[in-house]
Amino acid sequence: MKNGLAALVVGFVFAIGLGISGMTQPQKVVGFLDLFGNWDPSLIFVMVGGIIVHFVTYKLIRKRKSPLLSTDWHVPTKKDITPALLVGSLLFGIGWGLGGFCPGPAVTSLASFEAKPFIFVMSMLVGMFLFRLVDKKLNIKK
Amino acid sequence: MNQDWINALIGGVIIGISVSLMLFWNGRVTGISGIINGALSPVKGDTGWRVLFIAGLFLGGLTLDALNPNIFSGNLQTETWTTVVAGLLVGFGTILGSGCTSGHGVCGISRMSPRSLVATIIFISAGVIAVAVFKKLGVFL
Repeated sequence: MKNGLAALVVGFVFAIGLGISGMTQPQKVVGFLDLFGNWDPSLIFVMVGGIIVHFVTYKLIRKRKSPLLSTDWHVPTKKDITPALLVGSLLFGIGWGLGGFCPGPAVTSLASFEAKPFIFVMSMLVGMFLFRLVDKKLNIKK
Repeated sequence: MNQDWINALIGGVIIGISVSLMLFWNGRVTGISGIINGALSPVKGDTGWRVLFIAGLFLGGLTLDALNPNIFSGNLQTETWTTVVAGLLVGFGTILGSGCTSGHGVCGISRMSPRSLVATIIFISAGVIAVAVFKKLGVFL
């Protein structure tokens, strides 16, 4: 229950950050990726801001024995660069450029009740299910 | 510095604070693709927080829309099929690649994960090439 409430607050604050940053405007995202055209570099500062803050807080928080509301840490520990990581990131990047949405801003933009974010999120969920089907048959993510 | 850069930086700092709260409270990475994917296959005790996180994003969206609807302007002028293909690629790709902009780009790089650094370089590069190609092909109307 407490973890759920915490996640709700985190989601809310995250969305506010996305909205202020410009990440919920697909044209702006495409402008950021349009390096060889009419490049709009502003969105690089979203990552810069997020990383500066979390680089510091990560070190401080991980000094604790455990999180405040959980007994264990659930932070990924994998180190190996796999084909799945490379191909998956490649496909994601192409989709990001084509639609101007990554998952967080897309879900946040559902609140505008416009068609595009809705179509995007539904297709994204189908893509996630499709991955399961393919992975079950071919075990592509071993 | 122009206003867009300042807004992006402020938004980024707020995102940094939110992912820090997730780590401090729940001990988790705020990887949005992973959170959504986990919610699609309910496991007892590991689904509620995911759904509530997504609800939080949506409530944040409603709040933004009430304060300034322009925050959701700037939809791309493209045919509908492109949105469908984009969604499919993002859904499939983020799960195959174990993360998206939030999980790899912000959380992973902050803890200096080599996997996340590589993933981020690849998806940004792929996005740059994709936009150049799709522009040439006249996909953006």
